[in-house]
Formats: sequence, C-alpha cells, structure tokens
Amino acid sequence: MSAEPDGPEDRLRRFATIWSRAVYPVTSTSSTRPEFEERLLPLARRLSEALRARSFDADAGRTAGAALVEAHCTDPEALSRTLDCVDAYLVLYCGGDGDREDLRARSARLQHAMAAGFARALRERTLAEQEAIAQAALEAQGVVAQALHATEARFRAVFEGAAIGIGIADLEGNVLQVNGALRRMFGLSEQGLRGRNVRDWVHPDDAPQTWRLYDELVSGEREHYHLEKAFHRPDGTVLWTNLTVSLLRDPDGEPQYQLALMEDTTERRLLNLRLRYEATHDALTGLPNRTFFFERLEKALGAGEGQRFGLCYLDLDGFKTVNDSLGHAAGDRLLVEVADRLQACATAPGEMVARLGGDEFVALTTGSDTERTVDELAARIMNALLAPISVDGRELTVRGSIGIVEGPAGERSAAEVLRSADITMYRAKSAGGNRFELADPEADARAITRHGLTTALPTALDRGEFFIEYQPLVHLGDGSVRGAEALVRWLHPQHGVLSPDRFIPLAEHTGLIVPLGRWVLEQSVRQAREWRDRHGGEALGPLRINVNLSPCQLTHPGLVQDTVDILERTGVAPEALCLEVTESALIGADDDLLKPLRRLAEMGVDIALDDFGTGYSNLANLRRLPVSVLKLDRSFTQSMQQFPADPVDLKIVEGIVSLAHSLDLAVTVEGVETGAQAEQLRILGCDTAQGWYYARPGPPDRLHELALVDATG
Amino acid sequence: MERPAWAPRSIDITVPSVSRMYDFYLGGSHNFEVDRQAARQAMEFMPGLPKIMQANRAFMRRAVRFAVAEGITQFLDIGSGIPTFGNVHEVAQAADPDARVMYVDHDPVAVAHSQAVLDGNDRADILAADLRKPQEILASPEVLRLIDLNRPVALLLVAILHFVEDADDPYAAVTELREALAPGSMLVLTHASYDGIPLPPERAEGAVDVYQNIRNPLIMRTRDEIARFFEGYDMVEPGLVPMPQWRPDTAPEDEDPYAFSGFAGVGRTA
Repeated sequence: MSAEPDGPEDRLRRFATIWSRAVYPVTSTSSTRPEFEERLLPLARRLSEALRARSFDADAGRTAGAALVEAHCTDPEALSRTLDCVDAYLVLYCGGDGDREDLRARSARLQHAMAAGFARALRERTLAEQEAIAQAALEAQGVVAQALHATEARFRAVFEGAAIGIGIADLEGNVLQVNGALRRMFGLSEQGLRGRNVRDWVHPDDAPQTWRLYDELVSGEREHYHLEKAFHRPDGTVLWTNLTVSLLRDPDGEPQYQLALMEDTTERRLLNLRLRYEATHDALTGLPNRTFFFERLEKALGAGEGQRFGLCYLDLDGFKTVNDSLGHAAGDRLLVEVADRLQACATAPGEMVARLGGDEFVALTTGSDTERTVDELAARIMNALLAPISVDGRELTVRGSIGIVEGPAGERSAAEVLRSADITMYRAKSAGGNRFELADPEADARAITRHGLTTALPTALDRGEFFIEYQPLVHLGDGSVRGAEALVRWLHPQHGVLSPDRFIPLAEHTGLIVPLGRWVLEQSVRQAREWRDRHGGEALGPLRINVNLSPCQLTHPGLVQDTVDILERTGVAPEALCLEVTESALIGADDDLLKPLRRLAEMGVDIALDDFGTGYSNLANLRRLPVSVLKLDRSFTQSMQQFPADPVDLKIVEGIVSLAHSLDLAVTVEGVETGAQAEQLRILGCDTAQGWYYARPGPPDRLHELALVDATG
Repeated sequence: MERPAWAPRSIDITVPSVSRMYDFYLGGSHNFEVDRQAARQAMEFMPGLPKIMQANRAFMRRAVRFAVAEGITQFLDIGSGIPTFGNVHEVAQAADPDARVMYVDHDPVAVAHSQAVLDGNDRADILAADLRKPQEILASPEVLRLIDLNRPVALLLVAILHFVEDADDPYAAVTELREALAPGSMLVLTHASYDGIPLPPERAEGAVDVYQNIRNPLIMRTRDEIARFFEGYDMVEPGLVPMPQWRPDTAPEDEDPYAFSGFAGVGRTA
C-alpha cells in the first residue's frame, strides 16, 4: 500500500515500524522483522482508529494485547516495550489534530486495556499449554505404562514359568520375591519364603567360601558367584542346588538387590553318589571294590613320613570246589558271609576290607604301628574263618591263605604292593594253605621272574624265540646212532637260553603247551625227514625222533589228528616217531585218556614211558598201556658211574630190563656219562642209551655228523 | 498386577527433557519446572540461548520453504520435539497444501503432544522412534503410509545430531537414511558447535555441562565434523554456514550475535 508522504497512512506505518523494531528483539517468532511489522500494522491501525473514534472503546487495546501473545511475544519485556512505544508515539503519529489532553487520556486507557488483554491472553495461553503438556505427559505415561505392563507381564510369565528357581532379596538378605520353581524346590509357600533372611540358610555342608562370597556380593565387592549349596527343607530333607547369585545395581551403579538363580541338583547328586557307590563297591558283598581299594591304598602309600601300611591279601582255599560242587549261588552266599566276617575284623580307624574279585579279599591297615596291627589283623581274619559257614543247610569249613605286605608309605606303588601281596599269598597257598606268610623280597623276585616268563610266553612262540636241540640215542649193542630226543629251548631276550623245566610248567599252566607242543612235534618230524633225505640210513633203518608230550597235550582232543597231519605233510613214517609220556601222567589213566595213545600206537608210533621208576608205577598196569619203550630214570644209572656199582641198583635194573623184555618193551637209559656205565648197561641188557658220554643235546647238524661217522665207520 | 519394586521406571517427568527445554527457550509453556530449572541454569552461562533456538527455527522455516520451492513435498523431520509454532507442517502446508510431513521423536511426551496437535491433519503424523535405529523409522507403517520413498524427501535433522554421541555412530545412521532416499532428496541440518558462540569457550562449556548433568549430553562438533554428515550430498549454496547466513530474508548484520552459533546447511542427493 502506497501512502502519501507524511499523510495519515504513512504516519501509521512509521508508528508500526517503530513498534516492531522495539519489540522484535524480545519476541520468539521465527518470522523476519518485516513480516513481524506486517503483523503489527493492523493492530496499530485499530489503536489509531480507537484513539480518534467518536465514542471511545478500549476494546482495540485488549485485542492488540492479546494479538501480541498470539504473535509469540510472550516475554513480558515485549509488553513493556509495546507500552513504552504506544505511550511515546501513538498520539504523536496517529493523533491527528485532536485534543491533546483527550488523546493522551485515551492513549493511557488503551495502554491499560492492552496490558489487560496481553495478560489475559498470556495467562490463557500458558494455562492451555500447561494443560496440553500435562495431558501429553499423562498420555505418554499411559502408553509407556501399557508397554511396561506388557513387558512386565512377559517378564512375570518368564519369572513364574521358569524351570529354574529365581529369588530376589535386598542387600540385608530379606527375601522379596520368589518364583514357583523355587517355592516347589523348597516345598514352601510364597509366605513361607517371603520375609525369610538369606543368612538363615546356613547348612553344615556349606563350602567354606560360601558366606565370604555372600558378604563380598552384598557389600558390592563382587558382581556374582556360583557354587553348590545345600538347604534344609521343612520336611527335614536336604535340597542341593547349583546356585548363582548376582548383584543388581540401580542406574547409578549403586547395589540394590541380590538375584539368586538355583537349579535343583538333589536327584542328580543322589544319582552321582549312587553311581559313585556302585563304581566303588562290590555288588554282591557290598564291600568296597578294587577301584575303591586302590584309591585308599594309594592314599595310604602317599601318606607322610612315619606313616606305614599293612596289607592282608586273602584267597579262600578250595573255593572253586564249593562253586563246582554246590553251585554258584551257594558260592555267592559263602562269599557274602565271608565278607561280613571280614568286615567285622577291620573296624578300627584306618582299616578297611575290600573284595578284589572272585574269592580274593584284601584288608588294609594304616598308621604308624602297622608292623603290629597287620599281624593282629591277619590273626583276626584267620580266626574269623574258623567257625564253619552254613550254606543251604551244610556246614562248610572255610580256610584261607593270606599274603601280608607291610612297610613305610612312600616307597612302593600300589600295583607293586598288591603284586607282592598276591605272590606272598600264593606262597602261603603252596605251603599248604590255611596260613599267612609275610612278604619276602627274594621270594618276590623269583615269583616276579616266573610271572614275567608267563606273560612273555604267548608272544615268544610268535617271535620264534624257541628252538630245538637234539640228543642222540645210541644203540648199546653196536654204539650206532639210532635217533635223537628233541629238547625245546627258549632263547629269552633278557634271560638267555632257558631249559624246559623253567617254562614247560608255565606253558602247561597257561595252556600254551598245546601250540608249543605242536610246533615242537612239527619241527622235530621235519628234522627227521631231513636226516632221512641226507643220510639215507638204509642199512640201519631210519633215524628216529623222540618228542615229549606233556600231560596237557595228552588230554587235548586234537592230538591224534595233529600228529597224523604232521606225519603226512612231511612224509615221515609213523615208525620214525616216538612220543615220550611221563610215567606220572599215566598214573591212574583211564581208557579215555589212553585212547589217543592207543590209536597212535596202532598207527605205528612208538610210545615211550619217560622217567620210569620215579612214580609209584603199578607194574601190572604196564600191560594195559600202549607203550613199547621204557625210559629208565637217570637215578638208577647214577650209581653206576662209580666202580664197583651198587649191587642193589644193578639188581633192580636187571629186574626191570627183564620185566620189560618179557612184556616186549625196549629199554632206554638216560644220563649215561661214562664208558663203564655204558658197558654195564649193555651187559644188563638195555637197548639204547643217551647221555653226555655220547653227546650233549646240540644242533641238528651235529647229530647228522655223528650218524655219518657211524655209517662210514 | 502389582509392579515389582525392582523393575526400572522407563518414563520420568522429573527428569528434564531437551525438547521441553527447547520449548521454554522459545517462550512456550509446554514445559515443567525441572525443564525450566535446567534451561535457566544453561542460560546463566549462555544468556543468548533463546536467540540460537530462534535462529534455528528461522533457518528451518527458510529451508522448508526452499525445499517446497524446489518441488519437494515430503518431509521427514527426525527429532521434531514439542510442536510450538512455525512447525514444519505449518510452513510446508502453507506453501503447498498437499505437502506431507512425518515427525519422529523418541521423547514419549513430545510424541503424545504432537499427536494432540496433529489430530485431524491427515497429511502430517508423528512416529515414536529413535534416530539411532534408522531401520525402525524407514520400515514403520506410519512412514510408509505418509511418505513415498521413491520420490524426493526433505530429511530434517535439525538440532538433533548434537544429542547423538559418537559411541552411537551418528554418521552410520545418517548414511543409512541417505541410502533410503530417492535421488533429488535433501538433507536439512543444524548442529551445535563452539564455533561462532560470542563467549569464551569456558562459559559455553558451562552450558554444555548442564546437558551432561541431565544425562542428555550435548556433543559440540567442529565444522569439519559436521560437514562429514553431508557425505553423499551436494551442498546447496551457500554451503555449511552460520544459521543467519543461510539464504537470509533480511540482512544478517541485524541478527543477534548468538544466532551465529553453530552451523546450518542443506544438501541434495544426486
């Protein structure tokens, strides 16, 4: 709008400009100053009109005051500056030519009205805005509360439904809240738990650090801890838990609450205990088992200086007979009773009894005076076995053999101690049983060698550690070599060459004698074949081979078949083979035992009765045996080394030879060491001989040479 | 159900709110005594704080008008706070009645108040969300209803980024938002800085401390740091400048010295 310079319109605009310049700096409006001036211009116009109206109305003042507030002039300074401006310039710029006095009075009244209008509008705006913001805050809280409610409901569901026990307590230990799982664990209601104090839950099984950790947590020095803890239940039972306690802090980091999470491990623990019990106890007798015993023994052996141990290793005598004759159930009942009696023998602190298996039991005593206590313990055990045990209405007499090992802790391993006790027990047993023996290092060493040989035997055959030596059998009549006895040797990697008496009994014991015997037979027969091929020997017949059969081989069902197979495979005639059987092996032999020998004899294999004269032979029985050769034991020929020979011995040998010949048996003598001996035996009628006089056992080639000498000589 | 004593409270109007303090600086009464106390404390160090806010509002008004003049009709105002006067939708819809404005704030009271103010306006809406989680904003049904992200949008980050700590990676959030915008979109931004404050820094620090104490730290950034928010945008003339110098309607010399605190700028995506 263009205005005539210094005309009323121009003057009004100049007033509005002055007004806006005064007030603009204290407004909060985001408008520019010119825009703000445009907002003030209509207000200025109304004030100007009111100033000059015929009848005065202060309403324009109130409107202008309120309009200021609407234009965001909410700062009281805006009103102050407005009133200053109106007071100074309204009459001057907008008063026209009216009465000055009257105009000034009107201006004053307009100012009063403006102040009132401003104040009212500001008050209304303030109240409205306060109302609006309060409303907004309320609504926001409602929304947040609703969201919180939803999350809280979720959390509550998690809290209540959790399978793990959850409890919250304050830092004084007062329980504030617990969930269902925890209540069920304790067997208590919410009331029964709430208000309880954590410190009341002391339990005798608490780990030593339990309450130190607790104190550290509630004092804020520790964020959490984890341990196994037991609690008393109201029904008197014990609740075992896996417990994790955490410190809850407020947003400022100040400790506020303690949170306990617990898992019921009672059953798992019982199961573990049971498993542990089962793993360490013998199911039949309830005694500690080998595992448990080893633990205790190792502990005893690891004890400090001055501490000793004493061990009784008990094996019942003849228990196998009980089992075989009365059955395993009866045997088991016997063992249970023995276990009970043994248990009663070892009741002092540091003493224990365990069952190692079968009918083997051990009793352990520890302390500083075991030299005395172990003897007493062994005596108590022997004494406890004295009274017969009643099983199935039978009174069974039980005896046992005990090996005792006693010594200081810290010198030997548990395995060494137990082996020594085992060996000693066997010594007691070989001495007749029903006794106890004290361990002796030398006896142990011997037994340990035997033990070592026994364990090395099975692999020795695979490794080819056995070899055979041959001792010639010489015809006493013409001194020619007629054959040889095969003698097995063991070239042991540590012990060197071992003679059969060192290992054949062990092989018998372990059953290895069967494959070993078969191997010896096969090797020997092959050797016989080789001699035949090289030597011919047509004139004197084939070289014969004598092979020893052990008692165990005799009863082995494969004996006949094995022998036949070997002879066929090698193409050696049965007549070239002589099997030697000891006299003792055939004592009391029944027909079943003799059957295989008889079959072999029928085929043409010679059977020699070895070591004849050492057992209590029933001479009448000789007729019954499928035997064609008697081998006279060296004890009969020993006296003939001297000259003159003992006449009684001469008579005996003469008698035996006569008897043998009358039964159509050949006689072979062993242990011929001198020429005089040989001559004497020849005169007595013996057929063949072997001994150092002719040759020591040696490699097969040596025999070949001897035989060759005969043939050429 | 009884609320357990240990559950944390999540809304607390006894704690000052920066959006209600902002309202107080602008002469409004959408605030509580706690807000006014904090604001007065800050003003003891920086009496001209209201002038900064006023310049901020004035810049925003010019920038919105500029955007409408450039053909943009969609506005996404994150950190909109308490609607007082001269709000984006008022300015934008005054220039183009079809303009659509989506406000976003994480202050539940500001959101509730905005809902009351916007009631009945179907081209403006408020979403409760956080700038630090841009995907929650971009994927919200409210935004998808009001804003077509295939067309240019003016993204307003006015006086908000200085409340996002580096630990929350404001740059990543700004990048994520930019990547969601159609070509030709704009970023309208203001940010607090020690640059331009007509006071010795230790006085300004006093005001910064007040925000620290109310657990709503004010992160003062340098011009270079603020410029980095415009990565991927072409700066609109005159670039990143003190608020009164951005396309002024009146001579900047007439402005209060406090109005020159901090920086403002507008960028446009290619």
